[in-house]
Amino acid sequence: MKILVPIKRVVDYNVKVRPKPDESGVDLNNVKMAMNPFCEIAIEEAVRLKEAGKAEEIIAVTVGSNLSQEQLRTALALGADRAILIETDVEVEPLGISKLLKSVVDKESPSLIILGKQAIDGDNNQTGQMLGALTGFSQATFASEVNLEGDSLSVTREIDGGLQTLDINLPAIVTSDLRLNEPRYASLPNIMKAKSKPLEVIPASDLGIDISPRLETLKVSLPATREAGVIVETVDELIDKLKNEAKVIS
Amino acid sequence: MTALVVAEHNNQELKPVTLNTVTAALELDQDIHILIAGNGCSVVAEEAAKISGVAKVLLVESDAYENFLAENIATLVSNISGDYDFILAPTTTNGKNVMPRVAALQDVSQISDISAIESSDTFQRPIYAGNCIATVKSNDAKKIITVRTTGFDAADAASGSAEILTLEEINDAGISKFVKEEIAESDRPELTAADVIISGGRGMQNGDNFSILEGIADKLGAAIGASRAAVDSGFVPNDYQVGQTGKIVAPDLYIAVGISGAIQHLAGMKDSKVIVAINKDEDAPIFQVADYGLVADLFEAMPELESKI
Ligand SMILES: Cc1cc2nc3c(=O)[nH]c(=O)nc-3n(C[C@H](O)[C@H](O)[C@H](O)COP(=O)(O)OP(=O)(O)OC[C@H]3O[C@@H](n4cnc5c(N)ncnc54)[C@H](O)[C@@H]3O)c2cc1C
Ligand SMILES: Nc1ncnc2c1ncn2[C@@H]1O[C@H](COP(=O)(O)O)[C@@H](O)[C@H]1O
Repeated sequence: MKILVPIKRVVDYNVKVRPKPDESGVDLNNVKMAMNPFCEIAIEEAVRLKEAGKAEEIIAVTVGSNLSQEQLRTALALGADRAILIETDVEVEPLGISKLLKSVVDKESPSLIILGKQAIDGDNNQTGQMLGALTGFSQATFASEVNLEGDSLSVTREIDGGLQTLDINLPAIVTSDLRLNEPRYASLPNIMKAKSKPLEVIPASDLGIDISPRLETLKVSLPATREAGVIVETVDELIDKLKNEAKVIS
Repeated sequence: MTALVVAEHNNQELKPVTLNTVTAALELDQDIHILIAGNGCSVVAEEAAKISGVAKVLLVESDAYENFLAENIATLVSNISGDYDFILAPTTTNGKNVMPRVAALQDVSQISDISAIESSDTFQRPIYAGNCIATVKSNDAKKIITVRTTGFDAADAASGSAEILTLEEINDAGISKFVKEEIAESDRPELTAADVIISGGRGMQNGDNFSILEGIADKLGAAIGASRAAVDSGFVPNDYQVGQTGKIVAPDLYIAVGISGAIQHLAGMKDSKVIVAINKDEDAPIFQVADYGLVADLFEAMPELESKI
């Protein structure tokens, strides 16, 4: 069985980004980049399935600029067998990304596709579900547990009220939530080994797919800022403020 | 022009977030239909018919929709989408699960988690954990939208009288099966609907210690929330998580106890009206957004707070 794991290069989660002074976009100059944390979890889950003897091959794929090769190498160091870069220098929306990914699915016929639930840059939370629509595959989003038995997949999902379990048919799409697993770190020998694993680069323009944007970003600005308030000295003072100043308790 | 709101419910009652979504829809369009897809959920349709501003309730009942499986509901919404210029759902786990699938079926770019509406094609949405607000214009003919419900007031749920129309539009893809759900029963308000929330973080040390917050929550009629660290450590269930990748809340009062204030946590609560932070580290970033900060050991301060309110 083949597993496809789409990953994304994003701003490191510790970075507090700011708009550019002219508000034309986000200021990404000299900002540390990394693999989207949910994609690390997706890769880890694929690697665990392979280690358990339930999958033969893991393919990591990304849509992005040439710089995304760095994140694909990380994926290879973490245990992916080969990688595909669909190269483009323009920003592609989840709809376009899922169309490009669909072309990889058509070519590679994976039985399982594991994505992150959300990329922490745009916070869109769309790509896996869109790929589900385009392929017609079953989907289980926000997974916290995945059990693969034969050609049926049992997935526990984190939902607003608690947990839900679904049995879904393969081929299937799963998106990872935070508690699916704890990703490993790449070891030095594995980082070295990853350098010789295959990484195929396909120019997005070769695929003949319309990925032109439908959304136009008119402006990126700072949210309303909150002023820091006061430090109270005692519990009594806190209660007094909440009752008489903020009037939020009685 | 007409807008369709995909309602959030559990086959027995409408979830309050639906009302905020209706308000967003009303800002876009005066003609609103609401879809109640489920099974044995006619009572929900009757409830929805009373929402002020809703012109028509579409009721679709089938086994295939009982558990809101994404494959089936998305096909349903897509199949009936022809008449609508706007399709909206709340940014809940259900909305997030279904709507992008609808959007791709319709070849539309979804606009996720809008927090404000500037015009019928231009929206604001938080990006990068709410550190920036993007203003985006959609050039798709149809707008498919999920709504950050803290950005919109709840519509009046009592004064409407919409007509209820029953649809026979059954889609069962047959590729996924509901097995079970573990939904915590609680007498407390839901996190996303509560006026007061008290949240615990890693500083709580273990799950048993959350009883310290429960006493206060009882007195204030509050919901209980948590940071990711508290959920990951198994102190409380996943549905307590507030933050960028958990629930977004904006109560009148948010009390953060033993929470450091990482950007991912702030993303979920910094629009609360009044924020209180209790932390023993005076440099904790949570104090930068708190209206009232108390630098103290929570194990001393919280019992005192409970006894005095
Ligand atoms: C992809 C991604 C998504 C994430 N999504 C979320 C999310 O949705 N929500 C979220 O919350 N986090 C999220 N996080 C995690 C986030 O980065 C932080 O790790 C997390 O919020 C920290 O939780 P905490 O404040 O409880 O723990 P810590 O940062 O460990 O803080 C504990 C605090 O408790 C205080 N404390 C300890 N003992 C006491 C005491 N006795 N009395 C008083 N104070 C005490 C300490 O001073 C400290 O400030 C995400 C991270 C990533 C990478
Ligand atoms: N450019 C991309 N290339 C490959 N996969 C992507 C890309 N963008 C998003 N994804 C996948 O889709 C998930 C959700 O992203 P999003 O829908 O943007 O929130 C990510 O965690 C990735 O698994």
